[in-house]
Amino acid sequence: MVLVFFAYFALASIAAGVMTVSLKHPVHCGLALLALLLHVSGLFILLNAEFLWAVQVIVYAGAILVLYLFVLMLMNLKTDDRYFHSSYLYFLVPAAIGSLYVLALLIRSPYGGEKGDATSEAILKNGDTHAVGIKMFSEYLLQFEIVGVFLLGAVIGAIVLAKTPRPASPERKT
Amino acid sequence: MVPLSAYVAVSAILFITGLLGVVIRRNFIIVLMSVEIMLNAANINLVAFSHYLESMAGQMVALFIIAIAAGEAAVGLAIIIVVFRGKISTNVDEMNLLKW
Repeated sequence: MVLVFFAYFALASIAAGVMTVSLKHPVHCGLALLALLLHVSGLFILLNAEFLWAVQVIVYAGAILVLYLFVLMLMNLKTDDRYFHSSYLYFLVPAAIGSLYVLALLIRSPYGGEKGDATSEAILKNGDTHAVGIKMFSEYLLQFEIVGVFLLGAVIGAIVLAKTPRPASPERKT
Repeated sequence: MVPLSAYVAVSAILFITGLLGVVIRRNFIIVLMSVEIMLNAANINLVAFSHYLESMAGQMVALFIIAIAAGEAAVGLAIIIVVFRGKISTNVDEMNLLKW
């Protein structure tokens, strides 16, 4: 059963990713990106990470994608006929060869390592949100604060960048 | 039980798709969307390893990646608005000035 769900989410997210890259109209690309984000959040559910599922749906699909769509509609873009670079065919063949090589390496290589303390039973006992919260506010507190300051800087930077500039004062004109 | 390498393969395919999108698309907004695809591929990888190695560190880093993606989208879209206001074009191969 898990295998069926995994196959569905994986294939649908790959298809949505390819559509995001290859569709012509930017709004269609945005909607394909929405499908990709929701299917990736389904993969998170399969991996016992339901807090990340909620964050993915709320932050990515609810906030970031809506921001993209707002900007798309604000700019009222006309799509050019030539929406790829002129020399994109030169990239496709090396990319295909390189990605097949990387995939072969990734599938064949053994994965292992030191196991931590967050077993599935320990997470399922209190829920993933509990485990994430305990970890976030004990071991990762400094990083959490840094990300908060970073987000504040990003918000202020976005406002400063996108503000309508004042007309330059006459004495500064040379 | 889904093997770990299946998740790694999905994330690699998505990452390569996003990388191709960054390289071959002309529209700046689609390039930013391709960057989001790459960040999502990295998230899949981190959460998969976090599950299979039974450690919470991967999920923590995935959360931070989502926060940084939000900041990147806000600043990137603000830059697009500024460029669009000055030049009426958002194709990356027509932007060749830092100031005009």
